[in-house]
Amino acid sequence: MSSGTLYDKVWNFHQVKELPGGSTQLFIGLHLIHEVTSPQAFSALNEKNLGVKFPNLTVATVDHIVPTSNQQRPFSDPLAEEMLVTLENNCKIHGIKFHGIGSDSQGIVHVMAPELGLTQPGMTVACGDSHTSTHGAFGAIAFGIGTSQVRDVLASQSLAMNKLKVRRIWVDGALQKGVYAKDLILHIIRQLGVKGGVGFAYEFAGPAIEKLSMEGRMTICNMAIEGGARCGYINPDETTFRYIQGKENAPKGQEWDKAVSWWKSLASDSKATFDDEIQLDGSSIEPTITWGITPGQGISIKETIPNPELLPKNEQQIAKDACKYMNLKPDEPIEGKSIDVCFIGSCTNGRLSDLQEASKIVKGHSVATGIRAFVVPGSQKVAKEAKEKGIDKIFLKAGFEWREPGCSMCLAMNPDKLEGSQISASSSNRNFKGRQGSANGRTLLMSPAMVAAAAINGKVTDVRNFLQH
Amino acid sequence: MKQEFPKGEIKSIQGLSFTIRGDDIDTDRIIPARFLKCVSFSALGEQVFADDRKELNGNHPFDLDHNKGANILIVNDNFGCGSSREHAPQALMRWGIRLIIGESFAEIFFGNCLALGIPCLTASKEKIVKLQNLVEKNKHQIWNFNLKSLSISNQKETFKLNLGEGTYNMLYSGKWDATSQLLDEEEKINKTFNNLPYLNNFKLDI
Repeated sequence: MSSGTLYDKVWNFHQVKELPGGSTQLFIGLHLIHEVTSPQAFSALNEKNLGVKFPNLTVATVDHIVPTSNQQRPFSDPLAEEMLVTLENNCKIHGIKFHGIGSDSQGIVHVMAPELGLTQPGMTVACGDSHTSTHGAFGAIAFGIGTSQVRDVLASQSLAMNKLKVRRIWVDGALQKGVYAKDLILHIIRQLGVKGGVGFAYEFAGPAIEKLSMEGRMTICNMAIEGGARCGYINPDETTFRYIQGKENAPKGQEWDKAVSWWKSLASDSKATFDDEIQLDGSSIEPTITWGITPGQGISIKETIPNPELLPKNEQQIAKDACKYMNLKPDEPIEGKSIDVCFIGSCTNGRLSDLQEASKIVKGHSVATGIRAFVVPGSQKVAKEAKEKGIDKIFLKAGFEWREPGCSMCLAMNPDKLEGSQISASSSNRNFKGRQGSANGRTLLMSPAMVAAAAINGKVTDVRNFLQH
Repeated sequence: MKQEFPKGEIKSIQGLSFTIRGDDIDTDRIIPARFLKCVSFSALGEQVFADDRKELNGNHPFDLDHNKGANILIVNDNFGCGSSREHAPQALMRWGIRLIIGESFAEIFFGNCLALGIPCLTASKEKIVKLQNLVEKNKHQIWNFNLKSLSISNQKETFKLNLGEGTYNMLYSGKWDATSQLLDEEEKINKTFNNLPYLNNFKLDI
């Protein structure tokens, strides 16, 4: 059993009591809600005649269903409009702060909350979205919950939880040029599998992790869930504190110093005990890309599609399904594979540095003929800062579309969708069958810079070819 | 016909069973994202596995006549991975599923099922495949699940199943609906609030 880890310390601070069934009642310090998983929770609250216990600890925004081409109200999709109106009303009735359409702080929930300084070390963060693990980048325990649990948090600011085991994933070295946080997490999931993390919280640590910016760290923790780990976290350090300082909801004045000293005390002890430890070499990782239908089916850009017959027995069937669905043949190279659509955005890779890195590749080039390429900033703030730096112009000049913030084609709940069996180069987090809005649409997950390179060449490309000169 | 949803103690479940084969079946497949555009769960039952069903053109297990009225689903490894959408277990429940048995389940999906009173039990790969073969061989046999003995049986054969102690207790006592338990001792919630530095101006001496 783990001890002395950040996970243990934060868990202890938030324990309300042991429940009769043996689980723990855990206090939730920050509850984030959005339009998709909250309406039924509010309805259930009303049915039970319950109110919201701590309205100021819940924060709302709208992201999944927002159109990215025209955000004029009412939305052209009446169902999307109804969901937004429902959230607006629920927030108004219960006194919950809502960062809605037209506000300069609206955005994907896992992009906007850190930007506002809402996410801080030592918190428990819950949201009805599996990518809530993102907030673990700050040294918080953050996890996705279902709608019944959203109801429970609204009613009681707490959840019935079982304590997870802690696995430390130690990454030595430093990422090479052209290799990004996205490549690292795709590599980790490839190594440990899509269910390797079930029952665990992942602590990401080591020199290669420490060198990452907060945005890179968010990319890593965001995809912990794709490896089966409900939460992933990184110990807070100077990089964390610098990011938070001065943000709208950050502690100010004397409180800042006290906050930093508390946050420092939460980092895992040098003698902490972990339930499991794994060590990787970050410097040997190459640009990584998924070829199949689970985020664990990744290969480096220089590898070929695996032959299902040669894989471990328990991976063979899903690899066969993936080859069939993706229309890829064993031993075929992934590099050079033609693509149809390029998507840069999402809670994984829709932040300023993601757009910046991709724009460096795009600058001076044009999107290949016949390719539909678009950029969806993760939030209004990302969009504003990108425009101030002229990043939007670089993309527009190259033939990309520049859109309004939202989740967009990561899960295609808005009008942005693949058509037919189109294949996308995508900076998002899931390559499941049908994920991007077409029942037979295909997704190749990769870093935003790799998506940019693919857009220019019209095919899967090693981004390092663009970085040599 | 108005459906009865699980309530109270869940000690036994009886009915027809069928299988969904395959590892890593994610919640996007159980309920594609376009169906999440709703403010009520009520219509989800008809939309369960929508894209897979369309592809199989009436031959998907959720469409086959002999599976109508079945309430026990046998699945494989890492079932329900991906998104946290409760729409997935809601869709299964509203179609009629009351019990899921598989090799393993994704964590959030497992919790979402429990919150609806749908037990998810596990067994080894070998046992599950054997169970799936038996279920498919005779589609009209009635299966009996017993919580106390943690087993499912068709009279002739009995399969032992696994379930964590906490989950067992919650189902046995009927206290799987957490809200009322969480509100039992509100002063303890307030005490935890008052002891959290970040909710109290970072006073560290509290």
